[in-house]
Amino acid sequence: MNPYLPHTPSDIRSMLDTIGVSDVEALFSDIPAEVQGWNRPLGLAPHDDLAVHQHLTGLAERSTGRGLIPFLGGGLYDHFIPSVVGHILSRSEFFTAYTPYQPEVSQGTLTWMFEYQTMICELTGMEVANASMYDGATALAEAVLMAHRTTRGKVVLVPSSLHPRLREVLATYAWGAGLALRDVPYTEAGRLALDGVPDGTCALIVQQPNGFGILEDLTGLKDCLRKTFLIAYANPIPLAVIEPPGSFGADVVVGEGQPLGNPLSFGGPLLGFFATRMDHLRRMPGRVSGQTRDVDGKTGYVMTFQTREQHIRREGATSNICTNSALCALAATVYLAALGPDGLRRVALLSWEKAHALAERLADLPGYDVAFDGPFFHEFIVRCNDPEAAVGRLRRAGIAVLPPSFLHPLGVHDGFIVAVTEKRTPEELDRFVVALEGK
Amino acid sequence: MSTIYDHGAPGRQAVALPQLGKVEQGLLGAIPADLRRRDGPRLPEVSQPELVRHYTALSRMNYGVDTGFYPLGSCTMKHNPKLHEDLARLPGFADLHPLLPPEACQGALALLWETAEHLKGITGMPGITLQPAAGAHGELTGMFLIKRWLEDRGELGRRTKILLPDSAHGTNPASAAMVGFTVVSIPSDRRGMVNLDALRGALGSDVAGIMLTVPNTLGIFEEDIVTITDLVHDAGGLCYFDGANLNAYLGRARPGDMGADVFHINLHKTFSTPHGGGGPGAGPVTVSEVLVPYLPVPEIARKGETYHLDWDRPKSIGRVHPYFGNVLVIVKALAYILSLGDEGMRAVSGGAVLAANYLKAKLKGAYKLPYDQLAKHEFVLSGEGMGNGVRTLDVAKRLIDYGFHPPTIYFPLIVKEALMIEPTETEPRETLDTFAEALLSIAAEAREHPELLREAPHETPVRRLDEARAVREPRLKLDF
Amino acid sequence: MLIPKELKYTKDHEWVRLEGDKAWVGITDHAQKQLGDIVFVELPPAGKVVQQRDLVASVESVKAVGEVGAPLSGEVLEANAALSGSPDLVNKDPHGQGWLFTMRISTPTEAGALLDAAAYEAFVASGG
Repeated sequence: MNPYLPHTPSDIRSMLDTIGVSDVEALFSDIPAEVQGWNRPLGLAPHDDLAVHQHLTGLAERSTGRGLIPFLGGGLYDHFIPSVVGHILSRSEFFTAYTPYQPEVSQGTLTWMFEYQTMICELTGMEVANASMYDGATALAEAVLMAHRTTRGKVVLVPSSLHPRLREVLATYAWGAGLALRDVPYTEAGRLALDGVPDGTCALIVQQPNGFGILEDLTGLKDCLRKTFLIAYANPIPLAVIEPPGSFGADVVVGEGQPLGNPLSFGGPLLGFFATRMDHLRRMPGRVSGQTRDVDGKTGYVMTFQTREQHIRREGATSNICTNSALCALAATVYLAALGPDGLRRVALLSWEKAHALAERLADLPGYDVAFDGPFFHEFIVRCNDPEAAVGRLRRAGIAVLPPSFLHPLGVHDGFIVAVTEKRTPEELDRFVVALEGK
Repeated sequence: MSTIYDHGAPGRQAVALPQLGKVEQGLLGAIPADLRRRDGPRLPEVSQPELVRHYTALSRMNYGVDTGFYPLGSCTMKHNPKLHEDLARLPGFADLHPLLPPEACQGALALLWETAEHLKGITGMPGITLQPAAGAHGELTGMFLIKRWLEDRGELGRRTKILLPDSAHGTNPASAAMVGFTVVSIPSDRRGMVNLDALRGALGSDVAGIMLTVPNTLGIFEEDIVTITDLVHDAGGLCYFDGANLNAYLGRARPGDMGADVFHINLHKTFSTPHGGGGPGAGPVTVSEVLVPYLPVPEIARKGETYHLDWDRPKSIGRVHPYFGNVLVIVKALAYILSLGDEGMRAVSGGAVLAANYLKAKLKGAYKLPYDQLAKHEFVLSGEGMGNGVRTLDVAKRLIDYGFHPPTIYFPLIVKEALMIEPTETEPRETLDTFAEALLSIAAEAREHPELLREAPHETPVRRLDEARAVREPRLKLDF
Repeated sequence: MLIPKELKYTKDHEWVRLEGDKAWVGITDHAQKQLGDIVFVELPPAGKVVQQRDLVASVESVKAVGEVGAPLSGEVLEANAALSGSPDLVNKDPHGQGWLFTMRISTPTEAGALLDAAAYEAFVASGG
């Protein structure tokens, strides 16, 4: 008997008697017979637990990439995840619950959502955050749609240095909403070169750090924009050590929360964070937990400002989002609470330090250089004559970097991008240098 | 109700991290002065025992499927198999970077390919994308696909309307609106099904398509489903099926055979992956032949025993996800499909429909049943006319006192005081009996002791909360 | 349920008080009861020119949104500023302090089609 299906033949018999029908098939008499007749089974036999385990384990082991030392970034980063995160997430009261529609039996979820919103506001320097979006890319797209709803502008200024995957997802959403993307070039330092804001622009996007890993200078940008939205897409880890976009007047700060305690997961599930100003609250997408009191005056939490959402406002809603990335947001909450301000700064500075140490050594190698003069965080572009050959040599040394083609949409054809986190050891950095050193 | 910020003391930490090297510990001197953070972020400073106790305490204020019966209509809160959690944590899935070259992630690509093939077979549709991260994301993807199809045919400016039954999920109109379609509501008839005359009246050369939920949100199967899709196709539109209710006919009928052109599958509903307190889920989309050219790129393709990424789809809508979709959710769904096989899938829908009709039969004397049709996987009662001013909200809150999670309430909108009950196939008969007894007892209490309902719940960490205050005096984060 | 005799009504549960070409507009006692605790009111800016039935304002409770159409064509003169701080005035005094906005009407003939108190009462009683 399947372990998930508890009804025995005698259960089924007695239930059918209560209903007053002869067999289970009679309960499907409303599905037209021809429709049922067209059904074709998969030809799939039921698997016992051991067979399921073996099949999936076999698939997991077929991916050889896990044996490589990862210097991979491009939006997702290999940071250390403290054990405590996984243990808290394994509390099934968290992971087998759904959206906290009934607050009296959901104070656990609603309380950590409130904590998460607080922590995201602290990191980004903003006033209000929602309880998560699917991923950074769709959070960015939703931020642009919000800017369009607020300003009515139909042009979006997009840096040429924006991470290509973000741009691709944004392009789909923008096309769907009838918005036009316009490129903003970059300087020789790899930084944004804003040369004016055309009429009808709803938003300028700035990625911090950008697709090259370069840290942008946000000073004065909002002054050029006036009512046009300044949308910052930020990696949350460096926000521990650099001034957050909120300090520069950003209207929305979004980003990918995966680096905060979530595994790489072959790219999903991820965590989109989304923060804005209280002035924009009624146009913000996504769920929000708010503090209030119960009938006895006791403090508690509820989902609030729900009239923005699809289940109430339907076609007038600020977004269609319903299911979000709650469990990944819980991981981020526990991660940030476990590290604290000092721990998060340490992760950021360790990544910075190791990335800069590697970059300096590579720049000293004949034939290799670090592209762009701008300050970078923990990801940088190595410029060389034959990036494919260099990546191949690293691969043979057991090291994985992103394929050089990742940079082609950004206009870089003579390099590859390297990301370094606190997890990389001195030996691994040595191995990287040695792999490129020899002839 | 304490938050994590109420615990700890300056200098505490719950994890030991490596020392810094050249960059002096605790100082930001390495960061250029013009970029350096001036103060904050204010994060908790707690030791590990404090951290664990706080979140364990929070978890105990929650109710999950593992806690008890969770008959939340439209959400398919079935049991979440434990084996699947272990499989999703395998390093070969969880620790794999999605931008590795395909030759380095063959196992993960095989996982995606196999799941895709199964889902195509289950839905009877020839094309698929696994990218959408949730049901609503799948709906949006479907709307993008229909828009691109119209654009390709030169009909974009002309076909601007999406038809929706008045019983639809709120995500449907919201998704259509995000792509610029105008939503036209189609009334339901006395049977709770699409009013065919109204549909005929609404169809025309300005209609892009229809979004249907099958069975609908009343839990009723549209007997005229083939007629409906034929009518829409004849009028030049396409048919979107919201797959939230696939659990009702899994393994017995296929949306592709019913005339669906786009179908989203909530893996976190039908395929048993946990809901995570609101997410993540996954919302793969299958499509009919006509929409295959527009699917997101890349396609995961197989040649012999090798998997690769195929970008050759010039008419594609592009990406809706930066990588492949919610892969770890897909791991659990594939495990579930394998565990069930064909006969198990039929047993799932059989068990779900049996449980729903069983509860309906037990409860229909005590509660108003506005649409007394054969139910599929869920049914809708009404708390109207219970007397003494008792409302559906009170019934729901009183169920908490009896140890159950309340059903979905006040949805669908076409039923006043709706109570939408979806038991799922994974509940033993004994649980269904206890739940029915609780609702019958509550109906009696409503007559004899209505204050028990109005003041419920009684034993929860907090009682009814002032939601109006939460909006009038917003506190959406801690003030320091 | 309060249905003041001196006011005019629409089938969208709005009331209108006419003084010459100036009109005060609000939602009825029946409408505020249906919505429940009002927590937010969105009002049109002064100077906005509207046609009859254009949606110009919204009144929100925790779980519902009531869209308010212009009962008559004209120009918005003033929005009730008191509602931004105390939206619950719409609950407490829907026909008085809970007024939403005033307008200068441009098509006086439209006013003839508004319901009087008796007709509105009958409309509500019929389940409208």
